Amino acid sequence: MGKYIIKRLYLMVLSLFVIMTFLFILIRLLPFHVAGAPGADNDYALILREAYGYNEPILVQYGIFLWNIITKFDWGVSMQISWLTPVSKVLFDRLPSTMYVNLFAILVSIPIGLGLGIFAALRKNKIEDQIISVGVMLAISVPSFVTAFLLQYIFYSKLGWLPAIMTATDESGWFSWDTIKSIILPVFSLAVGSIAGFTRYTRAELTEVLTSDFMLLARAKGLTRTQATINHALRNSMVPIFPMIVGEFISILGGSLIIENIFAVPGVGKLYLTSIQKLDYDVFMFVSMFYVVIGLVAALMVDLSYGIVDPRIRIGGGKAE
Amino acid sequence: MKNEYNSIPKEKFEFASQENIRFDQKFETKPIGYFKDAIMRFTKNKGSVVAGVILLLLIAFAVFAPVISSYGVNEQYTQYQYLLPKNKMFEGTGFWDGTKVKDASFKEYVYDNSHGAVVEVFEEYEQSNPTPMKYYKYRFDTYKRGFLYVTLEASAYQKLVQYENDNGIQLRYPILDTSYTTNTRLLLMHKEANYYYQLLPDMTPIFDNEGNIIPIYKVDDITGEYIYEEVTSTSVYRLRVDYDQYYVFQYGKEPLYLFGSDSFGRDIFARLGSGARLSIALGFSVALINILIGVIYGAIEGYYGGTADLIMERIADILIEIPSIILLTLFQIHFAGKIGPIPALLFAFVLTGWISTAARVRMQFYRFKRQEYVLAARTLGASDGRIIFRHILPNAIGTIITGSILMVPSVIFSESILSYLGIVDLTASDITSIGAMLNAGQTSLQYAPHVIFFPAIFISLLMISFNVFGNGLRDAFNPSLRGVEE
Repeated sequence: MGKYIIKRLYLMVLSLFVIMTFLFILIRLLPFHVAGAPGADNDYALILREAYGYNEPILVQYGIFLWNIITKFDWGVSMQISWLTPVSKVLFDRLPSTMYVNLFAILVSIPIGLGLGIFAALRKNKIEDQIISVGVMLAISVPSFVTAFLLQYIFYSKLGWLPAIMTATDESGWFSWDTIKSIILPVFSLAVGSIAGFTRYTRAELTEVLTSDFMLLARAKGLTRTQATINHALRNSMVPIFPMIVGEFISILGGSLIIENIFAVPGVGKLYLTSIQKLDYDVFMFVSMFYVVIGLVAALMVDLSYGIVDPRIRIGGGKAE
Repeated sequence: MKNEYNSIPKEKFEFASQENIRFDQKFETKPIGYFKDAIMRFTKNKGSVVAGVILLLLIAFAVFAPVISSYGVNEQYTQYQYLLPKNKMFEGTGFWDGTKVKDASFKEYVYDNSHGAVVEVFEEYEQSNPTPMKYYKYRFDTYKRGFLYVTLEASAYQKLVQYENDNGIQLRYPILDTSYTTNTRLLLMHKEANYYYQLLPDMTPIFDNEGNIIPIYKVDDITGEYIYEEVTSTSVYRLRVDYDQYYVFQYGKEPLYLFGSDSFGRDIFARLGSGARLSIALGFSVALINILIGVIYGAIEGYYGGTADLIMERIADILIEIPSIILLTLFQIHFAGKIGPIPALLFAFVLTGWISTAARVRMQFYRFKRQEYVLAARTLGASDGRIIFRHILPNAIGTIITGSILMVPSVIFSESILSYLGIVDLTASDITSIGAMLNAGQTSLQYAPHVIFFPAIFISLLMISFNVFGNGLRDAFNPSLRGVEE
């Protein structure tokens, strides 16, 4: 296990380095672009660029860039979105909003998803199961922005029950009724997809487990169907679902570009888009690397959690072939 | 029992054929091959077949809609913004005929009625909140634009008069008397040729004794007749025309938007067709290119193995870690200006899209390359290329087909997201994208939901039917994978 983790970490760092180099070169090759932010001083910006080594050859630039990161965790400063704020601060300031909305989405989708999946598995091939299957298919196929528009149209335009966009949290605080009310629509737009995913996986796993031999044994030794299902089937079916939940939890940091854009959530996804629109390259670089790291870490954690929930799965063993 | 057999009379016996020797009957059915088997399995799955039919219809829509529509993708008629969907066949039914039911105060009702936009009145009632006023519930025709001021050169003006005389259609209507004090402000404020009746400053219409509105047409001081045009110094005519008739005169067609019009008065039907073309063409071409690259890459990896496999796998491992959204964005920023947004999109999709196909093909090659028949082929002197493409690859065809058919919707989805977010900018080109249409319709979601409705429905249907169809194909080609979700 330890050896495996070390190997994975080494590969992760390698991937990270290669991707970072690739992104760095592509981004630094973009045309020079300065000024625009409120309070921006163009002369100052030029001097700053000089200091960051923008006028050196690209490899020297990369060396300076890496050195700044390693020694000071300095990824550069924002030139457009927020004048001269370190990009790491720009991003970490937006992280709470993203996590806030996504955390609610997960908290909603796990119980509903697992519940529907279990229900469908127990009623396999009956009408309830079929209805759930159709629902899952729809939820997975229909793009998230269509779901978002539909929810917005029904609950904001037609019924007027909920606000169309998220209320700014600095006005009303995180847990005020206004804020919570305003995130209901984004949370559900996000949750629809994950609910469908959880339902489908749970159903698939549970139906397989329910027909296995140890379930027969459990019934034979005198457990009721409910006891056998809860104690034996459910636990075993959680083996592939737990890693999925772990993966979801890590990826909540990334946020959703679309949902944050539609519902005006001031989060990481929105920052990514703004950095492209305003051509704030350092911010764009940092957000991109942030996404890459999240992806890599999530993949690693998912793999490791397989080993944790099910000791039978020995990761990293010898060659299977 | 025994005796019965003995008593069978001799003449009842006959010789089994001596000359015509009988053989077993020939098989009358044809052998069922892999593809036929798969197709049989597929057609048994009703849902997938229906999805396939819907898919074909959607593709047919994409192909034919821009041809059928009398509007171009970027043809704008600003006077006709947010018109509702209208189909000639449904005229007067209240459904899909460009009308909607409106609940409005009598001020608005009189305004709509004065230029003939009210089709049918259902109800009139008093409402005391906030001020006591009469309210009307009526059907409103969005296609009735009413009157409009236009300025024409002398030659165009002559043509218009000629047209009026030839067809017996009245285009010109009397110019309004702006000296009418209360209305001057309104006329200036709204530049509205539809307020051709006397109004109080709070927009309440003034009625005469019989309850009719009082027009404020300009009258010639000498002849006492209505004035139909103003000639400015540069021999340019300023007219007040019935816009619906004027449109027919000017463009030679009636306004008719099957799916309604958007904020610029562009035809949603034609635009959706164009967006659908882009989506579907992009989806299929990306899938095709990715399969080609993936098959070659995966075949080399899987067949040669060893160091080549190790290095190639490492490259694929790193490439697949790049979040696709970042890759797509970077390609847009870098190359959209040079090679156009669509080719940039295509390259970005292709750069990492082949990896999943390559992985599948590689696995199939590992499975089959040590089998006896491959050894036999090699012993007989078959070249590597022959073994790869003739002997091993056909085993992987099922997985390739199913993997790639599901690649199409994911490409379509990504493309619509990118153009929705504005990362892919198509405004400069003469095509549009479903994502861009959704983005444009988002602002008018509240008062003109039809703008977003059609593209949203289209992309949802496309995704659903692609997924159902793809799953059906996968079940048919790889029966062992049935029910396994990827």
